[in-house]
Amino acid sequence: MTRVDRRKNEELRPITAKVGVIKNAEGSAMLKIGGTTAIAAVYGPRDLYPRFKQDPKKGLLRCDYNMMPFSGHGDRVRPGGGRRSKEISMVTQKAINPVIDLKNCPNAVVDVFIELTETDAGTRCAGITAAAMALADAGIEMKDLVIALSVGMLDGELLVDINGKEDCELGATDIPIAYIPSMDKISLLQIDGEITREDLKKALEVGKKKCLEIYEIQKKALKQKYSTANKTEKVKSK
Amino acid sequence: MTKDKKEHILKALKKGVRYDGRKLLEYREVKVEPGFVHGAEGSAKVTIGDTEIIAGVKMALETPYPDTPDKGNLMVNAELRPMSNPEFESGPPGEQAIELSRVVDRGIRESKAIDQEKLCLEKGEKVWSVMIDLVPLNASGNLFDAGSLAAITALKNAVFPKLTEEGIINYDEKTKEKLPLQKEPIEVTVLKIGEFFIVDPLPEEEEQLDARLTVAITADNKICAVQKGGSEPLSITEIDTMVGIAQDKSKELRKKI
Repeated sequence: MTRVDRRKNEELRPITAKVGVIKNAEGSAMLKIGGTTAIAAVYGPRDLYPRFKQDPKKGLLRCDYNMMPFSGHGDRVRPGGGRRSKEISMVTQKAINPVIDLKNCPNAVVDVFIELTETDAGTRCAGITAAAMALADAGIEMKDLVIALSVGMLDGELLVDINGKEDCELGATDIPIAYIPSMDKISLLQIDGEITREDLKKALEVGKKKCLEIYEIQKKALKQKYSTANKTEKVKSK
Repeated sequence: MTKDKKEHILKALKKGVRYDGRKLLEYREVKVEPGFVHGAEGSAKVTIGDTEIIAGVKMALETPYPDTPDKGNLMVNAELRPMSNPEFESGPPGEQAIELSRVVDRGIRESKAIDQEKLCLEKGEKVWSVMIDLVPLNASGNLFDAGSLAAITALKNAVFPKLTEEGIINYDEKTKEKLPLQKEPIEVTVLKIGEFFIVDPLPEEEEQLDARLTVAITADNKICAVQKGGSEPLSITEIDTMVGIAQDKSKELRKKI
């Protein structure tokens, strides 16, 4: 079977990653995967209000996922968010939280804002992958990065990084996962559609393998920012 | 503290210098990138210094408003998302976002930038709605000028989506047909701080402004919309000077679209 965009079953769409894209933020990153572009910006640690939400033992990670009104391929996305973006914000937080250590920031909050400028499926995954880079860029204490990717199942075949057509028109089973390499654990798992227990196991294995490819892209983007930063500093000191 | 900041700004302005070393009537570097978002019918990203803003145009078929049954609908909305500035909060649009969207809207609407009658498919029944959304990626001053520049650029490169035989929009396919544009308004905001006039303010300067005037200007140098902001009143001479500055500067910005 050939895929609608002629990709191989285990082939990712083209990926571009860039760290340091929002000047006002403490840390930020952009991840473009096929027709989906996510931008993540990190603010904080900063004071958490309302006060009763503060935890004297550790800081809080807060995630906010949002699609820009013109980001969809169909109708305009009405601003203000809805049930979908609330849920995605929540699972994003759960996906990233295991690698974040905020015990040194009591009573504080670290805000991660994820904005989708263009969407063609896999938006929550692109958001999580970008958010992990943005948190690292912000210098938040982390045990590792997190990578997210959607694995699909269509006509009995496992497809990696499904696009909008495969997801919506062809009705592929959609399995977004997030993977933490150093723990070898999955921190996001959702399934939309039918799949057997055996196939699920296979899907997770394939997903993990492909996440590790994106992991390298994340690390490269982070290094790129800081190596160029070093260079400009050297120039300045002359 | 605030008073010190203002004194500092004023002292520099007296010498003809801004916070960032610019002259009083000098813009930061302006960059216009049309067609920034692929899913939208039209789009643009505008960068002015550290400020970056995206405008996206979406089109839909709707019923016209009862008082304009033969005209298409036009809407401008601005979302000041917390990603773009630590001061912005989530939630419904506040005063600042609403003023931004309304001022940009007024420039486009009052100059009759779009021939809205040409957006009518069936009088009283079916018209095109043109929806412009402004979303800053990084908000670092002068969102009015950046937003209006992004909006007009996005309108310029917008194309209609295809209609199926049943008259339903197929967003996946675009036509080559452009929007019926007849004017290209450009907005320039002039600030008054103390006795000085400046353009393209930094956030620090916006905080200290006494008055501001945003003027929308068409290619034939006509004024088509104005918004006065700030808590100090202005004399007629001052208004005339500020409008003149806006007219001059609009020519500079117009070269970018």
